Amino acid sequence: MNSILDVAAIKRDFPIFSQEMRGGKRLVFLDSGATSQKPIQVMDAERNFYSTNNAAVHRGSYLLAERASEAFEGARDRVAQFIGAQSHEIVFTKSATESLNLLAVSLERTTGSLQVSEGDEIVVSELEHHANLIPWQELAKRTGAVLKWFEMNEDGSLNLSKIDQIITSKCKVVAITHQSNVLGSVPDIAPIIAAAHAVGALFVLDGCQSVPHQPVNVQALDVDFLVFSGHKALGPTGIGVLWGRQELLSQMEPFLYGGSMIETVTMTDSTWAEAPKRFEAGVPNMAQAVGLAAALDYLDVVGLSKIHQWELHLTNLALKGLKEIDGVKVIGPQGLENRGGVISFTIAGLHPHDIGQVMDQYGVAVRTGHHCAWPLIRKLGLTGTTRASFYLYNDESDVEVFLESVAGARDYFGNR
Amino acid sequence: MELDSLYQEVILDHYKKPHHKGLPVGELQVHHVNPNCGDEITLSLAIKNGKVEDLIWDGVGCSISQASASIMSDLVSGKSVESARVVLQEFTELMQSKGTISGDEEILEDAIALAGVSKFPARVKCALLSWMAFKDAAIQNGAEL
Ligand SMILES: Cc1ncc(COP(=O)(O)O)c(C=O)c1O
Repeated sequence: MNSILDVAAIKRDFPIFSQEMRGGKRLVFLDSGATSQKPIQVMDAERNFYSTNNAAVHRGSYLLAERASEAFEGARDRVAQFIGAQSHEIVFTKSATESLNLLAVSLERTTGSLQVSEGDEIVVSELEHHANLIPWQELAKRTGAVLKWFEMNEDGSLNLSKIDQIITSKCKVVAITHQSNVLGSVPDIAPIIAAAHAVGALFVLDGCQSVPHQPVNVQALDVDFLVFSGHKALGPTGIGVLWGRQELLSQMEPFLYGGSMIETVTMTDSTWAEAPKRFEAGVPNMAQAVGLAAALDYLDVVGLSKIHQWELHLTNLALKGLKEIDGVKVIGPQGLENRGGVISFTIAGLHPHDIGQVMDQYGVAVRTGHHCAWPLIRKLGLTGTTRASFYLYNDESDVEVFLESVAGARDYFGNR
Repeated sequence: MELDSLYQEVILDHYKKPHHKGLPVGELQVHHVNPNCGDEITLSLAIKNGKVEDLIWDGVGCSISQASASIMSDLVSGKSVESARVVLQEFTELMQSKGTISGDEEILEDAIALAGVSKFPARVKCALLSWMAFKDAAIQNGAEL
């Protein structure tokens, strides 16, 4: 299986792996679901932008400003190409969180058929990260719209049996994750997208956990908006993406107001630039956008399909190993079907925080707790889980150390 | 192993058999959560003749948070408000010390076992959760802490 990816070569591109963790252990980083590590190519791209091209984009008439604008717009083209979109449909934000807040605020401000107002319905699911729940909760509260949701099944899939009652003619927007950040489960979104479109509602896809890990094409998916974060896709922090259909973005009101997003300004009134600039107030995170483009180059060179295949291979090994450790329970999907490279588990009688602390002694970095999806954790009757998430720089020996550390956590408390 | 300085025997004992744990009673109950990890505690107490009485708590959390709640309730129960204030202050200082002080065992008793926690910044909040709930409850009951 080692032929899928040359992980040893990949690892050499990530300086973070060259240092020791507590007790001289090597780093086994299994928290890419929270944020990914960065290859040197991404850091070099940012450094190069600051070293040679740095100036405020779209403002100066001098050479550097031209170069900065070219680099920034080049990054936009790169992102568009990565997800099968048009460049002018790509809005740079600071994060997926900001992208979702932008949408929720803009859909309140936009008059006409897109506007969410009293009596309208907004649909989410119990799988959602807080970032794809709270902006919609608050939108509903501000406007008097009704928030509805799909319930989650034990295996992390969504219960679609009441889809006709959940998505009705009053529905304006449906916002669902492409993959659960907690369980790794992949909900069956196709019927939901179809139902949303059948009643004229917009479909927002949270691609935070899918875009970095598998080929995602917005045309093939037939969604209306897609959000993701650069930092989970080998890119820098402080850069996120909102993709939206041009005919939608062009009708929508801005989220933040200020420089760069205007067409004309007087002392009393202003008009807005065309999308995407309309949604990019202020000097944007230029170096970070350029870094993200380098990250997407890196992912494309390795190959998203191969990355996905490799993650599933590692997930399979880890799932098999976990099932052999007494007291360990895998939460959510039990096999490889409808899942990505994320595994949540519990150990009988142990709190995730304590489990994570022992695993840290083995150099293993995992996430513990509710993973910013508290309603999902409550629904499962848990207070938290321990989560391992895989990426292209993980290998089979990482899985071995992971399994050893899980058994170690159980034994550390069990034997005392 | 470095871990043993964190998970001392005393801590695991309190974790397995927590003291003063039960369903809080009365109207004045405080509820504190650690939003980072979802740990929760509900606590009630009474101040009678200047003393901390009837302290009882319930909650969910990691070994550190549960043991700390158990140790804290042993330490302040039946004590005067003034002594409780001294213990609270000593413990808070110890937790914020990043491992630079070892704490006064005369004052802290079993809580001295939590000294290792101060070297793990992510766990300090776990240890302090119940102490902050205690402080809040005592103040709400009119104690000057
Ligand atoms: C599914 C999902 N949605 C949204 C977010 C929010 O992303 P960010 O914190 O980068 O804005 C995350 C990140 O944890 C996530 O996993």
